[in-house]
Amino acid sequence: MSSIGTGYDLSVTTFSPDGRVFQIEYAAKAVDNSGTVVGIKCKDGIVIGVEKLIASKMMLPGSNRRIHSVHRHSGMGVAGLAADGRQIVARAKSEAHNYESTYGEPIPIKELAERVASYVHLCTLYWWLRPFGSGVILGGYDRDGPQLYMVEPSGVSYRYFGAAIGKGRQAAKTEIEKLKLSDMTCRQGVIEVAKIIYGVHDEAKDKTFELEMSWVCDESNRQHQKVPEALLEEAKAAAKAALEEMDAD
Amino acid sequence: MGNVITLMEESVLSTHKAEMDTLLTSKGDSQRTQYPYVTGTSVIGIKYKDGILMAADMGGSYGSTIRYKSVERIKQVGKHSLIGASGEISDFQEILKYLDELILHDNMWDDGNSLGPKEVHNYLTRVMYNRRNKFDPLWNSLVIGGVKNGHKYLGSVSMIGVNFEDDHIATGFGNHLARPILREEWREDLSFEEGVKILEKCMRNLLYRDRSAVNKIQIAKITEEGLTVSQPYSLKTFWNFAAFQNPTVGAEGSW
Repeated sequence: MSSIGTGYDLSVTTFSPDGRVFQIEYAAKAVDNSGTVVGIKCKDGIVIGVEKLIASKMMLPGSNRRIHSVHRHSGMGVAGLAADGRQIVARAKSEAHNYESTYGEPIPIKELAERVASYVHLCTLYWWLRPFGSGVILGGYDRDGPQLYMVEPSGVSYRYFGAAIGKGRQAAKTEIEKLKLSDMTCRQGVIEVAKIIYGVHDEAKDKTFELEMSWVCDESNRQHQKVPEALLEEAKAAAKAALEEMDAD
Repeated sequence: MGNVITLMEESVLSTHKAEMDTLLTSKGDSQRTQYPYVTGTSVIGIKYKDGILMAADMGGSYGSTIRYKSVERIKQVGKHSLIGASGEISDFQEILKYLDELILHDNMWDDGNSLGPKEVHNYLTRVMYNRRNKFDPLWNSLVIGGVKNGHKYLGSVSMIGVNFEDDHIATGFGNHLARPILREEWREDLSFEEGVKILEKCMRNLLYRDRSAVNKIQIAKITEEGLTVSQPYSLKTFWNFAAFQNPTVGAEGSW
């Protein structure tokens, strides 16, 4: 999969002979090595879940948030370099605020995704800037209903029913494809996302992890917020039970 | 090429700074005192047993014309506070917009903390004072009240940045007509009904004596549990004084 781009990989403003920009591909590798982020679009909203790999036991649980609210109606889960992700979130917040200030309504998710993607892409055009080493899964609920987008370090952005980035994305995508998302409510979606994340977590290679989840749905009044404590615990329990079942086979 | 660098730096570094700047500086080249156009009259606030009560009428005057009669001059700010404004209504709308942004950003931290009335009051004091120093004031007198963690708070900020904190607060004419009543009758342990009665007494007095008062008032209540703004209602007034009967007796032809 990986190839050496000797000579053509020194700058983001250099194409290789076969038309690739290696710096962007290397930036994507930073995302691939981070904890998994999963997002799904259910019947009545969006659920985002993050496998937050804990670097040290000294860290306070609940700190180092990976999912951020961008506005009342939208949020994003970040994978890759945390500091780069913070910049993307800050920019998204600013765009959302400016749109509402000018047009008087919350920014449509499509517009927000375009602006974020545009900004990420901007940083791949100049040699004195490096590409963002983080990808985001952006979910929100506007008057066209719930929508899910993913923005990669290359600046590419697509709309998804289900998306995953990070270490366990291949396995996660397989699991997501098995789900019948159009029939699922977010309540059920939260349980499924928890199961997926617990499922793709590699106990051997990585240390412990913390599950962070958020949703925007009819139940949350179309506001982006952390999944309520009770439901989160229920999801974790269900995920652990599912794992044990698998191990038992 | 050079423009792009500054574009990037600006966007990356100064998003929040830009917001603060718009609030603190005047838009445009010259700074001068404004004139208010559509104004609201007094707001009265009192502390009572369970929290804060605030009253204001719903009038927006255009000079001496009572132009708007359904202006909501008391609004919610976050979970813990109420703000009431007298003065220029458009400046109040701007203040509400900025407070909305402040609360939104506070909520997005999602850290279990939320801005209370004392914090909002302090923020608005800084804003009003800084605008005054640029000779471009927000032409309002604001009353901030609320309850957070069991502590009741009631304060005011004027357009020149003077701020007070007290058990009962009024703006404009309320200072002259309502506060004397409150000084006499206010007690620490007023019940809700007693508080409303005192406020209605003050508002009635203002209705009689303040030419820009309108007989359509709202009373807002905020306690630890939450906040309610009443539906608009009218006060009963009495005009049947002997001196008002047969006003033209002894001066035929006058009106």
